[in-house]
Amino acid sequence: MIRRVLFAAILAGLVAGIVVTGVQQTRITPLILHAESYEAATPPAAGGHSHAHEAAPHSHDAAHHSHDADAWAPADGIERTAFSLLANVLTAIGFGLLLTAGFALYGKPVGATKGVLWGLAGFGAFWLAPALGLPPELPGLQAAELSDRQAWYAGTVIATGGGIAMLAFLRSRAAKGLGALLIFIPHVIGAPHPETLGGNTPPELAAMFVMASLLGAAVLWVVLGGVSGYLYDRLAKTA
Amino acid sequence: MQQTMPTTRADTTADLSSRLAAAAVATLLGAFMLIGVGFAHSDILHNAAHDSRHTFAFPCH
Repeated sequence: MIRRVLFAAILAGLVAGIVVTGVQQTRITPLILHAESYEAATPPAAGGHSHAHEAAPHSHDAAHHSHDADAWAPADGIERTAFSLLANVLTAIGFGLLLTAGFALYGKPVGATKGVLWGLAGFGAFWLAPALGLPPELPGLQAAELSDRQAWYAGTVIATGGGIAMLAFLRSRAAKGLGALLIFIPHVIGAPHPETLGGNTPPELAAMFVMASLLGAAVLWVVLGGVSGYLYDRLAKTA
Repeated sequence: MQQTMPTTRADTTADLSSRLAAAAVATLLGAFMLIGVGFAHSDILHNAAHDSRHTFAFPCH
């Protein structure tokens, strides 16, 4: 059982991570690099756009972005792409393990088609629901305190995932109602937002990035769900 | 026909406990990997996984 859960997740994560790297390198990374050119070009204090709030405590300056200028970072080009591929594969395997853990709890055959549905639930919990409060960000945009955003993101993922599971698998009307309520609660609480908006990144670029991130996440989850569901059933015959 | 329905209570319990154990191991391992790649505040992990964090819309810097 354990072998089946781990193998299905690792193989599906490998496939989905490689596929999504293709989408990322052609549709997403170019937008990130473009945004970084604005970030690097204009030190915030010098202010290409003189905003009264420029010096606000939440000001998201270039020095803050890189945390520590001396810290190691992959060199642009093949090295940066290679680390992105690695990070994509590891992220996909991580998501895949959560999916196959769900398959094990579910206890019935899954297959590719139902696997895609599981993947769409993952997309809803890990991308769509958090993005309603915290739209995918380009480097250089103003944002609230990182820990606050991470806490809201994690809470939203858990509440949405739990809510979807209750709606899908519990019979009683009360349980389904509670599941729906769980999905709504994070949005009633509201995501943390910065006191001031802005930054040097053009809004059009930020809008394009939201759709590019949607494409990347949707491709990842559909491929991951379909392949892991297929493998999970196939491995039942051998493991 | 009757022979194909041998599922005793012990079998069902063993199946359930192995499924629960597998799910627990996979969840812990998956969460550990996602926290490392997507959430850890370490500069080196952040820089290595930077473009992926943005791609999947994890909150970043």
